[in-house]
Amino acid sequence: MGPQKVDTAEIRARYPDVFERPASARLATPAMIVAALGIFMYGLVDLDFSPSRFAAGLSQLGWISMMMIPPDPGTSLPIYLKALGETLSIALLGTTLAAIFALPVSLLAARNVVPNILRFPVRRFLDSIRGVDTLIWALVWINVVGLGPFAGVLAIAVSDFGAFGKLFSEAIEGADQKQVEGIRASGGSALHEIRFGLMPQVLPVIAGQVLYFIESNTRSATIIGIVGAGGIGLQLAEQIRVLEWQKVSFLILMILVAVAAIDFISGKLRFAIIGRRAVA
Amino acid sequence: MTIAVSILPEQQLATLNAAYSQAVARRRWRLLFGAAVFAAALLLAAVGAEVNLRTLFTHFGNFVSYFDRILTLDGGQRVWTDVGEWLWGWRKWLKMLGETLLISYVGTLTGAAFAFCLNFFAAENTSPSPWLRFVVLRLLEFARTVPGIVFALIFVIAFGLGPMAGVLAIAIHSTGALGKLFSEIVENADMKPVEGIRSTGASWLSCMRFAIVPQVTAGYASYALLRFEINVREASVMGFVGAGGIGQELVVAIRKFYYSDVSAILLMIIVTVFIIDISTGWLRGRLFGKEART
Repeated sequence: MGPQKVDTAEIRARYPDVFERPASARLATPAMIVAALGIFMYGLVDLDFSPSRFAAGLSQLGWISMMMIPPDPGTSLPIYLKALGETLSIALLGTTLAAIFALPVSLLAARNVVPNILRFPVRRFLDSIRGVDTLIWALVWINVVGLGPFAGVLAIAVSDFGAFGKLFSEAIEGADQKQVEGIRASGGSALHEIRFGLMPQVLPVIAGQVLYFIESNTRSATIIGIVGAGGIGLQLAEQIRVLEWQKVSFLILMILVAVAAIDFISGKLRFAIIGRRAVA
Repeated sequence: MTIAVSILPEQQLATLNAAYSQAVARRRWRLLFGAAVFAAALLLAAVGAEVNLRTLFTHFGNFVSYFDRILTLDGGQRVWTDVGEWLWGWRKWLKMLGETLLISYVGTLTGAAFAFCLNFFAAENTSPSPWLRFVVLRLLEFARTVPGIVFALIFVIAFGLGPMAGVLAIAIHSTGALGKLFSEIVENADMKPVEGIRSTGASWLSCMRFAIVPQVTAGYASYALLRFEINVREASVMGFVGAGGIGQELVVAIRKFYYSDVSAILLMIIVTVFIIDISTGWLRGRLFGKEART
């Protein structure tokens, strides 16, 4: 097709928005970009970023990476394996405890189970627990039960309690109400409604979420040792402090392998429990 | 009441009943077996994690009284009776909180920029070559599997104490996390525009710029905002290892038993996290409509 004569004037008259966009609309995107970059530059200055410091740090980092090769546990391999076992234990126990305690509370936070007046404070309570990082909970529990993996279990349990409470209650809100009505119609009590109407629907979803959290908590559990709550993070922080870089890289490799293994196993289990489609 | 359903002959009923109870028994047995394995794993974990119920019960009072203590001023009265005294350090703490927000902002933006550059190589449909895709994927995986605070610990030694280490740690972790999510968005993008642009003889770069980017920016921004939310929480503990932000104040207050300061700082962190959650949620809704949030 050859070039066509287009009547620009007519098109302009027909689509004024495209040709004559108001200045506010045209400037919105650039203004946002400028503002974002402005804050970014301000941040760089305020946080003491200087090119020379950055370069010095990078060369230092280069040295550190050189010293990390090859990863070598020295003679501490048994200790590290034990620490890894501790980490996995913390993740498994903490998540399970959180799930057990969150299930009844999540019922109180679900719109279709309790009235709004009760729901609101429960929700805010769960939000506040979630707003506090796991590491902070670990510090609090260390004050209560002392240093060691037990504090880690309790820290994971508390911070996951907040997350599970929200996720479970959303699962319950998403459940089909018809089953519950059926139970009610046949004369079941409120407890029966929950046990036979809601639970069969939400348990597979919840089981999938719990497995997923065990997976992601393996990651969290590797770090709570940094504040003294047991597991492999404790070893990692110690070795970094004494600059034993070969041991550090070995420990990081151990964490990577452990996380990958847990990912694999729990992925398989999740498929088995709720089927491939529900996970994706 | 009359029985409306006719009952099957005895013999047929018996076989059906037997088959049913057998099926139920098999399911029950499997459930029981699963529960037993799970319980055994828990028991093993309890031993591994040195769980001591006695300690918990004797010291559980401490947990409750800890909250009692952090909600009490030095003078002995409750914190909310004298807010001025409770939040005495609010100027300093607000400044530290501002630093925390800046750390997460700069870290998230840097991470998002890196993720933006890398994700086209990581997505199956746009990657120029398989080996490059493999390398980038492994790199992103490494960046997101190693916890941010571990990077922070190492960076504190390389770059010195201060927020710089925190920013870099958050940037690396965000690159890994966002790179994966971004590349998933690209994999779901419509490939017809790419074909159209490639047919005009355009380079790979132009294909990305004019065919893919316009489709995916909304999704990118949405995920980046979500990441910012998570990073604010993460930045609040970066100070534990000396990488800047409010965490530094908090860890000092906890370790030195300045009880009312602990609750004051925690309150300010929680309120900040709330405000960030609500405002980014609002922003996401404004920018991309309700559906964009997945």
